[in-house]
Amino acid sequence: MSTQSGLSRRRFLKTSGALVVGFYVAPRTGLAAMQPPAAPALPDPNAFLRIGEDESVTVIVAHSEMGQGVWTALPMLVAEELGCDWAKVRVEEAPAAPVYAHPAFGMQMTGGSSSTWSELDRYRYAGAVAREMLIQAAADQWKVDPSACRVESGFVVSGDKRLSFGKLAAAAQKRTPPATVRLKDPKEWKIAGRPTKRLDSPEKVTGQAKFGLDVRLPGMLTALVARAPVFGGTVKSLRAEKAKAVPGVKAVVQVPSGVAIVGEHFWAAKLGRDALEIDWDLSAGADLDTQRLREEFRATAGTPGTKAASAGDADAAMSGAAKTVEAEYEFPYLAHAPMEPLNCTVRIGPDGAEVWTGTQFQTMDQGVTAKITGLKPEQVKIHTMFLGGGFGRRATPTSDFVSEAVQVAKAVGSGVPVKVVWTREDDIRGGYYRPMYVHRLRVGLGADGKPVAWRQTIVGQSILEGTPFAPMMIKNGIDDTSVEGVADSPYVKGTPSHLVDLHSPKKVIPVLWLRSVGHSHTAFVMETFVDELAQAAGQDPLEYRRRLLSEHPRHLGVLNLAAEKAGWGRPLAGGRVRGLAVHESFGSWMAQVAEVSVASGRVRVHRVVCAVDCGICVNPAGVRAQVEGAVAFGLSAALYGELTFKDGRVQQSNFHDYPILRLNEMPDVEVHIVSSSEKAGGIGEPGVPPAAPAVANAIFAATGKRLRQLPFRLA
Amino acid sequence: MKLNVNGKDHDVAAPDDMPLLWVLRDIVGLTGTKFGCGMAQCGACTVHLDGQAVRSCVTPVASVQGRAVKTIEGLSPQGLSAIQRAWIEEDVVQCGYCQPGQIMTAAALLAARPKPSDAEIDNAMSANLCRCGTYLRIRAAVKRAAELAGRTA
Repeated sequence: MSTQSGLSRRRFLKTSGALVVGFYVAPRTGLAAMQPPAAPALPDPNAFLRIGEDESVTVIVAHSEMGQGVWTALPMLVAEELGCDWAKVRVEEAPAAPVYAHPAFGMQMTGGSSSTWSELDRYRYAGAVAREMLIQAAADQWKVDPSACRVESGFVVSGDKRLSFGKLAAAAQKRTPPATVRLKDPKEWKIAGRPTKRLDSPEKVTGQAKFGLDVRLPGMLTALVARAPVFGGTVKSLRAEKAKAVPGVKAVVQVPSGVAIVGEHFWAAKLGRDALEIDWDLSAGADLDTQRLREEFRATAGTPGTKAASAGDADAAMSGAAKTVEAEYEFPYLAHAPMEPLNCTVRIGPDGAEVWTGTQFQTMDQGVTAKITGLKPEQVKIHTMFLGGGFGRRATPTSDFVSEAVQVAKAVGSGVPVKVVWTREDDIRGGYYRPMYVHRLRVGLGADGKPVAWRQTIVGQSILEGTPFAPMMIKNGIDDTSVEGVADSPYVKGTPSHLVDLHSPKKVIPVLWLRSVGHSHTAFVMETFVDELAQAAGQDPLEYRRRLLSEHPRHLGVLNLAAEKAGWGRPLAGGRVRGLAVHESFGSWMAQVAEVSVASGRVRVHRVVCAVDCGICVNPAGVRAQVEGAVAFGLSAALYGELTFKDGRVQQSNFHDYPILRLNEMPDVEVHIVSSSEKAGGIGEPGVPPAAPAVANAIFAATGKRLRQLPFRLA
Repeated sequence: MKLNVNGKDHDVAAPDDMPLLWVLRDIVGLTGTKFGCGMAQCGACTVHLDGQAVRSCVTPVASVQGRAVKTIEGLSPQGLSAIQRAWIEEDVVQCGYCQPGQIMTAAALLAARPKPSDAEIDNAMSANLCRCGTYLRIRAAVKRAAELAGRTA
């Protein structure tokens, strides 16, 4: 079984019987948050792979495995260049250390659909450098020129001589790494580029895989936190006698986020929390009300905001348009609702702290833990466990669930390890939501039906404001995550006169990126509105998009492929109708054609045909899985996803009132991957944005009703 | 109280109303059974009680005394079951958190209906949520498992 760093390394040494030699050095420590490491010309293979005398090749993965398949894709890259036997590949999660900083973002993190594309070179180079060192070691031993040697499935071969990687590793490690190596052309790939089954399946189907919630340590206690019922609330007074009387409750401590009840197990802490009597100072948070927010956002959408994109004189062009089309859209707050509720285990000792959790933000967590404990970042060891889903919730710039657990462990004291567990209700009501947005659009069409003027105003909280990412990602008052998919849309850019502006009202509600971030709402607006424009222009939705996207070959590529595979234009039986959408996000292009029927006001999505161009594709099986899952994620938001506030309280609490798609609602999903040698793009998120608009456009075709709100309301 | 889990007896000190889920996870130490909702909505905590799939998050531990509890760890003590092999062959998992519950639900279905119809699969498996959206491969894997089990039977 391959698991996380540190512990498993020791276990491996103890139990495998193999002396581990070769490509391993202890990770360097010391970390400055947000500081990109001084990257060497070529990566040090010692940090990324280890060859055992038992011929195992252990790949150390710098990104968190949260279902996206990075435990398979990155090892494929190493194995491809190393030339090892795929069956011998093992995986280990990297510890938090500067050498594992994200190559593009400079801190150790997982997100932005970037795990594979950002590591495409580093992991291949790590494998290639190691391969060259193994070849040199063999050539030395045989006294032949390295150029007379090659690798073959875990062996270096020269003529009739063969030596295994395991036998060569010790000698190879002493070689000087080559200054340069050549990477294979992806056309020569034998492992990468082919559909490959996941390496983490065996432990995940037997219950052996360890998620954050599964951490058990000697003497560990479990805590639940009573948090304010409204955002921004604080404890006014606390009566803990009844809680402390619950059998198994060990302590009640106050922390900045509320009151922690610490018990010998979850159930004791849960009963203890139920018995707590707290008076809360609710402050302004108690005024939150979805209906009022809606009215406020809609009113704001009628006023000029901060300019995000502009060309020409949109107002003048509008007055000269042959026809104008207007619409207003509304999107609710959304919770990520990963299947594994948030949790974090912390042990604080005199010389260091350890954190066990499923996180997407190791560097942030390490820094926050250091700050709270007064330790140095390098004294904080982060054990990244498997994530029972992330979707962005485990990537909080504030490290909210980690910092809270550190506060609890600190308050409990005495070096006692404490696991803080969130219930599902805590998770749904705990904030860090995809923000609510309102879009207002007015578009003028020319005599040929093409847009000549485009006005769009977006209203919604900024995700990045107040975070360490703000200086990098908020430019001229524009949070890029609020306008992505609009400000850079080919429809907007292709309209001679356009103006997109943004309002970012400040609210007490903590907000965060959710799978596909801004595209989770902007694609819906653009792709349903373009359908309306096609209708206004009297043109077929596919033909109309082809005209508007004529200078965007990758949009056209996926659009045409999806339309062809779905049989666009051909009649459908059984009351089914089609709708389509195409959208670019995270460096990948995606078109989807949905087949839908509507009966008695209920939507049934039968089939979704997807065409994706993600450039160079490392694991087509992983791409398919991501796109299938993204369609399900998009449909959950389209059909159900909605958080509402009344008197400051979140009205939803669990899966009965915050439903997600179930298996009997899952459409058939076909995924067609465009063969490409272009730069690799992301794949975890791009499947989400087109799903809801494709279905909405089909619903229009079925019912004549335009849906301009998520979740869908057909009545 | 006495608890029989995966054929082994355990003496546990727990209040009668403590859910079986937390007894398994926090006292017996079997963490393969997952916590997802605490109110029988998601199926992540599915275990077998005398062969029937139940939600351990709402099953008071006192009610299972003298009955056989089976968890994902005990599904196939001698290597992988047909269901687990099918799950690997169909490359079902993504984050994997819900999968022990999915597999336990599938195992109970296949024990009762060795050759389930599509409707029976949809009906049984719709009780378990998967946020990653692995549903198509779950469907395929249940069918594959039925085939594999049929072949070895």
